[in-house]
Amino acid sequence: MNEVWVFIEQRNSKPADVSFELLSKGRKLANATNGFLKSIVIGKNVRSLAEETFKYGVNESILIQHNDLEEYKTIPYSRILNELVHQRKPRVVLFGATVTGRDLAPRVASNTKSGLTADCTDLKISDVKYLNKDYKNLLLQVRPAFGGNIIATIITPETPVQMATVREGVMEKHLYETPFDIKIEEIRYEPSENDKIIRIIEQYREESKVNLKSAPIIVAGGYGLGSKANFSFLYELAHLIGGEVAGSRAAVDAGFVPAERQVGQTGVTVRPKLYIAIGISGAIQHRAGMQESNKIIAVNNDSDAPIFDIAHYGIVGDAMEVIPLFIEEYKNKLK
Amino acid sequence: MYNSIVLVKQVPDTANITGKVMKDDGTVNRAMLPAIFNYEDKVALELALEVKEKFGGKVTAITMGPPRAAEILRECLYMGADEVYCISDRKFAGADTLATSYVLAAAIRKIGNYDFIFSGRQAIDGDTAQVGPQTAEKLGIPQITYTEKIIEIKENTVKVKKRIDGGYEILESELPVLLTIIKDAAEPRPFKAKRVMAYKGARSLIELEKLTEGNSLLYIDTLIHEYSQKGLFIKTFTADDIDVEADRCGIKGSPTKVHKIESVVLAGGEHTKIPATKEGVSKLITELITDRIFG
Repeated sequence: MNEVWVFIEQRNSKPADVSFELLSKGRKLANATNGFLKSIVIGKNVRSLAEETFKYGVNESILIQHNDLEEYKTIPYSRILNELVHQRKPRVVLFGATVTGRDLAPRVASNTKSGLTADCTDLKISDVKYLNKDYKNLLLQVRPAFGGNIIATIITPETPVQMATVREGVMEKHLYETPFDIKIEEIRYEPSENDKIIRIIEQYREESKVNLKSAPIIVAGGYGLGSKANFSFLYELAHLIGGEVAGSRAAVDAGFVPAERQVGQTGVTVRPKLYIAIGISGAIQHRAGMQESNKIIAVNNDSDAPIFDIAHYGIVGDAMEVIPLFIEEYKNKLK
Repeated sequence: MYNSIVLVKQVPDTANITGKVMKDDGTVNRAMLPAIFNYEDKVALELALEVKEKFGGKVTAITMGPPRAAEILRECLYMGADEVYCISDRKFAGADTLATSYVLAAAIRKIGNYDFIFSGRQAIDGDTAQVGPQTAEKLGIPQITYTEKIIEIKENTVKVKKRIDGGYEILESELPVLLTIIKDAAEPRPFKAKRVMAYKGARSLIELEKLTEGNSLLYIDTLIHEYSQKGLFIKTFTADDIDVEADRCGIKGSPTKVHKIESVVLAGGEHTKIPATKEGVSKLITELITDRIFG
């Protein structure tokens, strides 16, 4: 039986959004191979979380619970998964490309000598002919590469297990129409001395107040805005029209806007009603995170910027002139 | 005293790619790309040097790559590394992250005697962040990824601040440990003029072999001896020098394969051109209100 596994990341028994998004994708991949979708749930008191995963089309859940497993720790978590993957050889294992997923997935891939592709923007099942050999039901792992100049499709033809990580928001979460009966296999956890090599001394976490994924309107700025100060105009515009502010990776790297607001392949993927891209040239990595927006307005002083190719409305002009115009005219309409 | 090994990588400057770098068939012409020192690896080296300055010990920088990667090893020497190794062999070419970590782990075992392994969080050419954890797993040591700060080193433990989604964690690990470093952790020191003068002539085995080509008066063994005497020989590991199986190196040892590469073709979709004037913007807003996007 072909198995697709999804690692369910949780904190205080609450799942990471990306994990359930991956379940919906995993369901489709499992269907394409007549396979089974399994959720892997590790933590303390997380049975109800394992049950919740069935809403997204899981056939069976593997549950590992222990007081020591309340928080994610590299060594025990990777040890559990290493052993499970070795014993059962699932065809596909998916992880969210979060700080945790990016810490865990490579260790498991390294231990089990599996192929692992980071930050995939699409996953599909297909028969493949590679070097004159036919392979059935391979996982196609699609990701932009090389500064976004190319889109690569990666395959893992010879290893039994194919692994991939995916950023939050890339896949869409859907409740499964005809959920399967809950079937949970609980596996005993045996603590080991090695698990204590790393200890958590302190933890500080703030629930993010920014929720780009559910914002109906996004006003995004790029490096072209020139400074952090200029971003304040975006906040003003966003506030006025009921939207959130986002940034391209270049704008985040330049310190204009915090990383939690990054849209694109290595940030969040969004699908708002309206996306206003200001001073963003539109590299493929950025487009991967916003091209499914319902309406796109592009503002750029370079009329050849690639962002115009996916825009519904294009304004060629200086951002610092167009934004105030927009604010003023919008206020006029409200009168 | 704490000894550190720093994993560094030379990467194509993907942020500054020009159209000419793409060949007509849509593949990347790597030779055309400017090659740079991956920035987060430089920050990692800085942290290793700071540990050395505070506690004593030795800093060894290693890189796996084509012969040209020796360039960044010289830069490591300019910054203050005590020793550098170039891990280079045709058999290592085309490695994905798994095969890379396999070779790096073998080289690290050969060098031995380390308390810390430092590396950048990720390299800008792939952004995978996989090689650090994969190497730690192969060595059977713990790792802390996204390290923002080393808070304290005491006897056989280190306390670090790790960036996590929406906050941070303070973790304590026993040594040895592998730390991957984010760019905010430190500011890499500039090259020291004295060290640049001292090490600009440092050469790897492959670079010395190049010198002997077409010059029958030069013998490689003599050259190596001469450069070693002056402390200018960049030690080189080929597949024969470390304990690796050829099947697990390079493209052979890489489970991930590139099935298809498409150059990005823009759809060139039509869009409504709005003039950057009061009237143009006003009309656009009216249209968006009519479409119920606004309000």
